[in-house]
Amino acid sequence: MSEPTVLPKPRRRFPFSVRLEPRLNEPPRWYPAAISFGAIVVALFLGGILISLAGGDPLRSYIHIAKASFGGIGVISDTIVKATPILLTSLACSIAFRMKLWNIGAEGQFIMGAFGASAVVLLPVLPPETSPWIFIPVMALAGIAAGALWGFVPGYLKARFNVNEIISTLMMNYIAVSWVNFFIFGVWSEGGFQMSPKFPKNAWLPRLSDYAKEIPLFRGLTTHMGLFLGIAAAIVLWLIVYRSRWGYEIRLIGDNPRAAKYAGINITRNTVLVMMLSGALAGLGGMAEVTGVVHRLQTSPIAAGYGFTGIIVAWLAKLNPFATILVSILFGALILAGREIQPSGVPKMIQGTILVCLIASDFLMRYRVRIVRTGVEA
Amino acid sequence: MTSEQNPKSQSSQTDDLVVEMRGIVKRFPGVLANDHVDFELRHGEIHALLGENGAGKSTLMNVLAGLYRQEAGTIIIKGRPVIFSSPRDAIQAGIGMIHQHFMLVPSQTVTENILLGLDEPRFRLNLHEYDRVIAELGERFGLKVDPQAHVWQLSVGEQQRVEILKMLYRGADVLIMDEPTAVLAPQEIKDLFKTLRTMVADGKSIIFISHKLQEVMAISDRTTVLRRGKVTAAGLDTRRITRQELARQMVGREVIFHVDKKPQEPGEVVLEVIDVCAENDKGLPSLNGVSLKVRAGEIVGVAGVAGNGQRELAQVITGMRKSISGKITLNGEPINNRSARFGIQRGVAHVPEDRTHVGTAPNLSVTDNVIMKQYRKPPIARYGMLNMLAATKFAKRLKDAYDIVVPSVETPVRLLSGGNLQRVILAREISGQPSLLVAVQPTRGLDVGAIEGVQRLLLAQREAGAATLLISEELEELFALSDRVYVIYEGRIMGEVQVGSGEPSESLIETIGLMMTGTPLEQIEREGAAAHV
Repeated sequence: MSEPTVLPKPRRRFPFSVRLEPRLNEPPRWYPAAISFGAIVVALFLGGILISLAGGDPLRSYIHIAKASFGGIGVISDTIVKATPILLTSLACSIAFRMKLWNIGAEGQFIMGAFGASAVVLLPVLPPETSPWIFIPVMALAGIAAGALWGFVPGYLKARFNVNEIISTLMMNYIAVSWVNFFIFGVWSEGGFQMSPKFPKNAWLPRLSDYAKEIPLFRGLTTHMGLFLGIAAAIVLWLIVYRSRWGYEIRLIGDNPRAAKYAGINITRNTVLVMMLSGALAGLGGMAEVTGVVHRLQTSPIAAGYGFTGIIVAWLAKLNPFATILVSILFGALILAGREIQPSGVPKMIQGTILVCLIASDFLMRYRVRIVRTGVEA
Repeated sequence: MTSEQNPKSQSSQTDDLVVEMRGIVKRFPGVLANDHVDFELRHGEIHALLGENGAGKSTLMNVLAGLYRQEAGTIIIKGRPVIFSSPRDAIQAGIGMIHQHFMLVPSQTVTENILLGLDEPRFRLNLHEYDRVIAELGERFGLKVDPQAHVWQLSVGEQQRVEILKMLYRGADVLIMDEPTAVLAPQEIKDLFKTLRTMVADGKSIIFISHKLQEVMAISDRTTVLRRGKVTAAGLDTRRITRQELARQMVGREVIFHVDKKPQEPGEVVLEVIDVCAENDKGLPSLNGVSLKVRAGEIVGVAGVAGNGQRELAQVITGMRKSISGKITLNGEPINNRSARFGIQRGVAHVPEDRTHVGTAPNLSVTDNVIMKQYRKPPIARYGMLNMLAATKFAKRLKDAYDIVVPSVETPVRLLSGGNLQRVILAREISGQPSLLVAVQPTRGLDVGAIEGVQRLLLAQREAGAATLLISEELEELFALSDRVYVIYEGRIMGEVQVGSGEPSESLIETIGLMMTGTPLEQIEREGAAAHV
């Protein structure tokens, strides 16, 4: 007789153990929000430890951060200015991600959008004295077109030759930066500096402070019309995704491409179209940034990583366009207030902690944690 | 294959048992996969394990190979009872299983794959030494493969040889082959059979899992037949049994319940398939000149063992696969090599074989899933927008009409049971009042109650005047529902039989069984006539 090869059970001293079980039922509606909130609390607690290790007072630091981003109408406005480009790039990512197209190229599409809008002034397409009523729509269209083109290329390659869009969109980012650099280092350089000349005033997106004469409250507020473009884009995108035939096709492809094919949906065409829409949204973001904030073509403030932040925001907002608005503002606040404490370092670490906690909390959406007595077989 | 003679291996006559399995019970949620199964393997024999899909063959062998743990029953290897808690234990006892899906690393060489997971070489990777050893081992058993070749460079047949070598290298003397011929070309099958015989002559014992009668007849010494988790015939001497008998043991013949099929005159021809050829996903021919007709108000069955072109047939008709030649018409209009959408718009409904991966989008709601074929048309779509109120109303109507048990139409369908999911699909397909319904394995994996519900829905379609093509591996179901049955084998129609209502006759079942295993109807009739004279 051979001995049965069964291992003896290890003895444990601690009478309880944690067990994870996959969820079989949908959690209640309040649950996702509660989990996200809990994750942020945990993250702030961890961040507090970090701050005290650095020799600061966590509570005072947090109050300072809150004041620096939401403490008054002026700083709220600044927060919103930071949130606007993030909002548009994250909307761009969310529509592509919805179809499981991993567009990592919102950054490049954003830069190309800025380039396209600038070209209207710098080529010039329109003379500098054109009325803003014509100038701004034309620039917006140029930005959208340039961004859509930057989305079309990887979309077409993916649809036609099955080229991995993660790689191609990432590479397109570098091309976009170099493309713009070529112009601002040479053709459009202002006196040898790496920037174009400033745009004429009628090519600026209107800011709230422009209406200070009529409404004194708006004095000094830098929030520009890009915010309204972003919110309008979020609403339109929500309607497309949840209320249109096209959005239904996108959701179906995203969830199960084989079922979509079975339902007679043309996946190839939708791949190209969705990448173009994604690029167009990012391009609109670039146009808003260059005409609302920077007012000239210049790589450093435009290629500041908004496209990459957009990826994270889209993910945290669970691809929901309305949630994207809120998360973008949160991120705008973090970027702005972070600079109040330290230019880089601690605030970036807190940002990172919040992100990790939020993403990790997703685990609790899929699993239940149960604490059981050891030795008792359930 | 039939041309080859069974070798009279002397060793197979000896009576010493290498493997004995007694009263094996294995349960999966909702299924009793093995119900007190006994199995024995003699030294030096090729023992075929025969049965339809889902009969429990692979489960039984996974128990023997240490992948599953049985709930009851004992395994005795060479006279000693054993308990396997992992495949490693089984290999140590000399039992190796070669799975249907190979477990090889494509970017590594043959030698590297064979050594993977072993404790040798201990430190210095002197692979050349091992290349030689493996080449010798291959030589001995007629398994020709270059040890230095990378796995991705090898043909499927060669990869299988690597899997066999892997087991031989680990010292297995009982080899379990799980449907080894399913992936092979005819010439490769010949080579495999030669290898199997060499191995048996060398003192190995082989268990050959298959559902192809012809191969079982060609290669095995003895046969055990499983049906619905139970042994229906144990250790038959393959040389003393006829194919007819084996077919009957495998297919069985009890009809579980009756559904009411009223006699009905069929109408106009709706679907006509003329001489269609198509390839499968691997680019091998899978339909070789299929022709059939389906009329309005008629259910036409397609019988056959899995993998004989049924899936491809359904796909070319529904526009999900291109045909190479031939013609398919729907009400006279050609529909092959158009898009799936083209068919949908002309009233082709499709209940796919794979409910979760093709038929539904698991994370979308019941509503989103039932409008899959309706979302382009009013009232659900208007000016490119979806009318969600109309969609919800539509979903609620189907939920009530088809008894879909679900808390709300907003629930994602991944939370539905198999029977409910199938009702969602049927509701969607039937509610569009199709002129043609292609249903593939519509009751597979469902419990008896759900099966009956699905079958009633199909019969209601027949009464409503739709043409239905029912592709199934369940003969009972085909008899219960169909007016006529075509039998498909290796992408060819072997013949067509009329099915009346009531009990099918013994000879009809036998005829279908023979056609399912590759004998054309004409030949059966000729032989039958000859026997009468």
